Amino acid sequence: MSTLWVVIVAVTLASAAIKAAGPVLSGGREFSPRVNAVIALLTPALLTALVVTGTFGEGGRLALDERALGVGVAAVALALRAPVLVAVVLAAVVTALARLFLG
Amino acid sequence: MRNEAGRGSEGYLAGMRAGLPFALVVGVVAISFGVLARSLGWGVLAPIVFSVVTYSAAAQFAVATVLGAGGGVFVAIAAAVLLNARFLPMGMAVGPFLKGGPLRRALEAQTIITTSWALAIRTGGRFDRAFMIGATVPQYLAWTVGTTVGVLAPAGGLGDFERLGLDAIFPAFFLALLIGELRSGQKRTIAATALAAVLATALVPIAPPGIPVLAACGAALLGLRESSS
Repeated sequence: MSTLWVVIVAVTLASAAIKAAGPVLSGGREFSPRVNAVIALLTPALLTALVVTGTFGEGGRLALDERALGVGVAAVALALRAPVLVAVVLAAVVTALARLFLG
Repeated sequence: MRNEAGRGSEGYLAGMRAGLPFALVVGVVAISFGVLARSLGWGVLAPIVFSVVTYSAAAQFAVATVLGAGGGVFVAIAAAVLLNARFLPMGMAVGPFLKGGPLRRALEAQTIITTSWALAIRTGGRFDRAFMIGATVPQYLAWTVGTTVGVLAPAGGLGDFERLGLDAIFPAFFLALLIGELRSGQKRTIAATALAAVLATALVPIAPPGIPVLAACGAALLGLRESSS
């Protein structure tokens, strides 16, 4: 358990520092446009990796299962401009139903 | 002075209203985080404290995913920190609109979360500070209360995390944020997304837990190329 607490403390301090850095320093210098462009692309890159690993990752391998079906339905809903809540609930409901009837 | 205070509280309230629908999603995700944390043997206190002091769904799920898959401490911390690296550019963008000296600005910056930050964007690169802080309040409450509910949920009810399809919620949630990024982004946002997808997919079967997410960040280096749009 102490491992977990080390992670919690480290992540909390690092996150707080990361959040504070921009506003505390923002009175001063600006980064180059290229650096800003890289930083801006971190968000979609990270979100993409989270979607991929969360949808297809299964204990160190790729899996195409009920969860992928649920997320796929959510993707269609989002493409059709459904609200986030609707898409997220759909993902869970479809995944649960698929496991119930297909699993 | 009174006018300013009045405007301020209106901004906070408007932000809180705007944050409410997101708080519903956050609450559901938080319950699933609590259930997941308990299923990993984290006990009751640690997941709740984690949510109270960190409040970062992405980072906390990353930690749970890495540690749950047997990954090391360093990988777990690095994954969470890299996931939260997005708060650096977000903070730089919103920074000029926060108030006070360094300490107060640092404290106000703790209310930066992805949805609130996005909700607070105004035209011309401006940000509505009070709106952002207000939008974070219901989401923070939903996150901490939801985590507590998930951790304490009876084993026969919410305990079966996968049977209820709750594991599909976070990729769907991240996908919703990603689609928002793609809709508002430039051409190279699409390129970075595609590259990140390829990197993550290729690395999941061969790399240790957490590494696919870290490595996919390399796609952001596409930002070094001259912008075409």
